[in-house]
Amino acid sequence: MSIAVPTGGAVAAPPPPEPEPVPVNYLNNGYSIWSWLFTVDHKRIGLLYLVSISVFFALGGLFAALVRTNLLSPTGAILSEDAYNRAFTAHGVLMLFFFLIPAVPGVFGNFFIPMMIGAKDLAFPKLNLASWYVFMVGAMCAAWAVLVGGIDTGWTLYPPYSSRASQAAVVPGVLGAFISGFSSIMTGLNIMVTVHKMRAPGMTWGRLPLFVWALYATSLIQLLATPVVAITLVLLMAERMMGIGIFDPSIGGDPVLFQHLFWFYSHPAVYIMILPGMGVVSEILTCFSRKNIFGYSAVAWSSAGIAVVGFLLWAHHMFVAGISFYAAMLFSLLSMLVAVPSAIKMFNWTATLYRGSITFHAPMLLSIGFLVLFTIGGLTGLFLATLGTDIHLHDTYFVVAHFHFVMVGGMVLAYMAAVHFWWPKMTGRMYSDFWSRLSAVIIIVGFFFTFIPQFVAGYYGMPRRYPNYPAELQWLNVMSTAGSSVLGLGYLMPAIYLPLSFFTGKRATANPWSATGLEWQTPSPPHVHNFDTTPVVVCGPYEYSLGVDQQGRTLPPPPNETNAEPDAQKEANGG
Amino acid sequence: MANAHASPVLKHHFEDLGQQHACERLGMWMFLATEILFFGGLFAAYTIYRMLYPHEFEIASSFMDRKIATVNTVFLITSSLTMTLAIRCAKLGDRAGLIRNLILTVALGTAFMVMKGFEYAHEFHENLAPGKLFRAEYAKATESVAKLSPAAAAEYFKADAASAHPAHAHWAAELALKNKAGADEVVDSGKVQMFLCFYFVMTGIHGIHIIVGLGCILWLVYEAATGGIPPENYSTVEVVSLYWHLVDAIWLFLMPLLYLAGAGMGH
Repeated sequence: MSIAVPTGGAVAAPPPPEPEPVPVNYLNNGYSIWSWLFTVDHKRIGLLYLVSISVFFALGGLFAALVRTNLLSPTGAILSEDAYNRAFTAHGVLMLFFFLIPAVPGVFGNFFIPMMIGAKDLAFPKLNLASWYVFMVGAMCAAWAVLVGGIDTGWTLYPPYSSRASQAAVVPGVLGAFISGFSSIMTGLNIMVTVHKMRAPGMTWGRLPLFVWALYATSLIQLLATPVVAITLVLLMAERMMGIGIFDPSIGGDPVLFQHLFWFYSHPAVYIMILPGMGVVSEILTCFSRKNIFGYSAVAWSSAGIAVVGFLLWAHHMFVAGISFYAAMLFSLLSMLVAVPSAIKMFNWTATLYRGSITFHAPMLLSIGFLVLFTIGGLTGLFLATLGTDIHLHDTYFVVAHFHFVMVGGMVLAYMAAVHFWWPKMTGRMYSDFWSRLSAVIIIVGFFFTFIPQFVAGYYGMPRRYPNYPAELQWLNVMSTAGSSVLGLGYLMPAIYLPLSFFTGKRATANPWSATGLEWQTPSPPHVHNFDTTPVVVCGPYEYSLGVDQQGRTLPPPPNETNAEPDAQKEANGG
Repeated sequence: MANAHASPVLKHHFEDLGQQHACERLGMWMFLATEILFFGGLFAAYTIYRMLYPHEFEIASSFMDRKIATVNTVFLITSSLTMTLAIRCAKLGDRAGLIRNLILTVALGTAFMVMKGFEYAHEFHENLAPGKLFRAEYAKATESVAKLSPAAAAEYFKADAASAHPAHAHWAAELALKNKAGADEVVDSGKVQMFLCFYFVMTGIHGIHIIVGLGCILWLVYEAATGGIPPENYSTVEVVSLYWHLVDAIWLFLMPLLYLAGAGMGH
């Protein structure tokens, strides 16, 4: 199937002519509100997700700001103890269930999986739209919980506190998480079927972009883990509403069973969150270092490895919950095992960068930030997987810092990178190069100041979820809160320059980054059915050394540093 | 290829009907995997408590109505047959046969739910439901046997065992007498309620799945009646049948776990 292309790409097909901007693209194909709310176009649904999760991210960030402000003082600066519990729970529930889990699969999975594999749409377009509605219904339930006073259980919802003692609106909050879980299952199922059955001619598994591999592994977890937490949450709601249930110790029930069932989903769920991010950086690192990915199959299969091994280590959240010592040893070992595929990815990415022609546009800066922060997050995970150190570090700010390094430093940066990488394709506009780079730097710096002090505070024994702490730890908390303000500023900037670019930005060419994927072969923004004719794929996804895209055509010249300067820009545009 | 494109049932984003059907089938199989994991959580929890409290689970299981369960099992297995016959009719283009078999399936599924409804009604009538109802009923029974001597209580079970047609006491009386007699190990009424929690949650969720299945099959009836299921689109029927068979299969696990766990001492 593959065309033998001699070194140097001498016989590669000529570069495609810049496609004329089509009169009807997916954005201007109808402006009414119904043309958006009843759309079955995967691209529009991706944008629906983008808008809704941006709102939830902002709300979750607001609660984080409340938590951080309260921690300025050792006795709690602004909130009552009860309000503090509700604030950090709302932060956790919003960020996890309504931002991190749907972020990349919902926005970029929906938008780009069909385009990357050369399909007209996902396999089940109506199911795709339904997933957004189900997601919004879940979000409304969570909003209901917040409006009637919020939940105070922490996002982990452990009974018997959540089932009996808590006076807060536990049921609506749990219902929200339960319902949004179905949306996650629908997205995952849709993506898996699409990848299996809808690939264009020549798009073999070995030629799939690594983003697709990562999303496929993510979908596998969504499909197999989410139902388990769904039934667990049903049992919890039943127990809370009926006053009796299977986790109720008064009839011989075991609350630790809830923890097992909960983490059987919620541990793999962190891979639902991080794997798509890994897929994103695989795309960006290759593109901005102009090199083929190092070890394609290692990176691809390590995604699958993470998905599988990720199912086997849930009980490391329960080392101090009274599980058997032998079980704890096994889960400790398995937890360390999952570091292997993650490290494989990290080494391969580093090797990809080695001697590449690197340019530092915003997506690349954010992806490099991902590499550094995720590595720190991953390595500190080993402290927690080790039984002895975990006894000391369990439920301290060390865990909080570790988790945020992986989720915010890893996943949120990768998400921001994805937004910046694919924004020109999605909107047809370029954003400000200067402001985007600046915001990337501010985010990374703010992040360090927010979370590095938390490692130290946690090591000194500051417990998570407590509104009060010893006065000696105040300087660390003040530093962390100061850092979080910088971080917040960094997030605020894209919220301004990205929407602005939509109206005032320079028009994007079809392939502004000179990337190889099929999604870049369509005009920006793409038209309604993505491709005029079904593309035929002739080579792997990252043939940067040959300088050809997946259809074997020569790539346009890559963006370089001088392009950012106005004069050079004019020249490029004029020519 | 050109013919396939002309088919009215081919959706716009598929290349041909083969691809469309493959997607539908694979999608349903994946959905069934999520269903198995969904019930899997329940089965795992059930297994754990069954191992922890075998005695109470056996006794509680004997309070369940095996007659209704048996009849219901026959209904569901037969409905799987009619569903499969419906696929065959759809493939052959026999629209009347397709509609007939689908309606038979709906009838059998509905019969299952009606019987289940009677069963629930009876259980609630007898206060055989975890929580307040159970506690009140059991407290009353304990009080009424309080004056009996343990020997007299034991007498009841001896007489019962000797009789060819044992007269069954109310479940609460039976439990109270058993604990009074004290010959066996004591039966913890809390753990009996634990079984009942599983019984209601498992059969309840299964019942919801049956109702969803019935809705889907009724939709198929409508589609078939309005000509929406030509032979080349039989896979729609097949996909619904996959779901229906899974719901049946889950019942085949629920039935022994919930109704046959006891040692044949009850109803």
